[in-house]
Amino acid sequence: MVEPPSMHLPASSPSLGRAFCLVAGRDLRLSLRQGGDAAMVLAFFILAVILFPFGVGPEPAVLARIGSGVIWVTALLSALLSLDRLFLTDFEDGSLEALALAPAPLELVVLAKILAHWLVSGLPLAILAPLLALILGVDAAGYPALVAAMALGTPSLSLIGAIGAALSLGARRSGVLLSLLVLPLYIPVLILGAGAVEAAISGLGARPHLLILAAIAAAALPLAPLAAAAAIRQALA
Amino acid sequence: MHRFANPTRFMRASALVLPWLAVATALLLGAGLLLALFVAPPDYQQGESVRIMYVHVPAAWLASAAYLSLAVASAIALIWRHPLADIAAQEAAPIGAVFTAICLLSGSLWGKPMWGAWWVWDARLTSMLVLFFLYLGYIALVNAFDDEERGARAGAILALVGVVDLPIIKFSVDWWNTLHQPASVFRLGGPTIAVSMLAPLLVMALGFTLFFATVLLLRMRAAILARKLRALRRAEAEAAGRFAAGPRDAAGSVL
Repeated sequence: MVEPPSMHLPASSPSLGRAFCLVAGRDLRLSLRQGGDAAMVLAFFILAVILFPFGVGPEPAVLARIGSGVIWVTALLSALLSLDRLFLTDFEDGSLEALALAPAPLELVVLAKILAHWLVSGLPLAILAPLLALILGVDAAGYPALVAAMALGTPSLSLIGAIGAALSLGARRSGVLLSLLVLPLYIPVLILGAGAVEAAISGLGARPHLLILAAIAAAALPLAPLAAAAAIRQALA
Repeated sequence: MHRFANPTRFMRASALVLPWLAVATALLLGAGLLLALFVAPPDYQQGESVRIMYVHVPAAWLASAAYLSLAVASAIALIWRHPLADIAAQEAAPIGAVFTAICLLSGSLWGKPMWGAWWVWDARLTSMLVLFFLYLGYIALVNAFDDEERGARAGAILALVGVVDLPIIKFSVDWWNTLHQPASVFRLGGPTIAVSMLAPLLVMALGFTLFFATVLLLRMRAAILARKLRALRRAEAEAAGRFAAGPRDAAGSVL
């Protein structure tokens, strides 16, 4: 059992920025100390993508055609698997309740946790993606669009996933329930992300897709912490 | 609104209203089907198979409307803690899910002769399929908790998050290049559908709406009765436990 890092509590309630950095720092330190958890999700990502050549056959044309879609779908599923770590462990040992009682607004705390989660579970997906695209033989013209789309899309995945993670706290079969709740909401990001790569490869340009992905992230940034904080309050009530 | 918050008053009011609603539903649906199958003219292009529209379109309208009423009830439950709002939302969900399924299935049956495909991945069909899964997710979430109240509150939040799909469904035919028919009834320039077809369509839509209202009231009455039953059973079990434990002192602890 890892000891939680000690937080030096200031005499008066901290400013918003300081509270944000404290919570994000705590979560980052916890994930880095238990490095295995995040690494397992990345291992799943790589493993699941590698399954496809075994399934559909190694013919390069077929793999290149489905490559961008396969990478995006497995990125979605990996994001789903990583969402467990966001609230559940804190909920079970009582630290989520302590965070909810803290002077900082719960929405800010949630946003900080989502940022830490994305840095550990979302950003590495975006970094690994071109490597996997290479393995599947996706046209090199699509790589910049793939990285850009994943860099813009994975924050939305963490944000929307946080809503589902907060809603399913304390539920039976919360893992499967989380997928049922969150996958329909992930579909726009998937369509746009895979579409961005296809557009770049075909020469049409991925700019409209990337702009809409950025718009979805911008909309989710204030709204998702609101919904997730409300759900956490229901869970703790 | 709070006059009807009392479940007993709701039971009395709905008992009065329900027979009339049921009769009106039966009449409208019967008249609508007669109009749709025999009176309405065949389409100049599609021939007789356009008659699927009289089931498909009202089902689609009700699927979206049911989700909207679910979301409104959820908002009322969260903001005002109205005791019947939770029940209304939970009981509307399965009805809405079935309407969505009818829309998807009837659309598929219509698509095969018209488009040559049982299913296409165009924007309108995909967003309706997403709506279907939103309904299923809501039902799963509400039933996933042992504590009913927790499930109701979690479901209320999820319903509000999923409302974003409704404008996507409505405007999907405008925003994307779709195979699906663009808006012909609810549009700024007025309906483009022939009046001889619009009238049966509206009769069927009204019949479907009253059907939704009837079944919703029935389910809400059943849900309230089920809760009463559970409360009675719990009280009985508690009383039995108290007697089984033997004599107690004044403070209630077992001697």
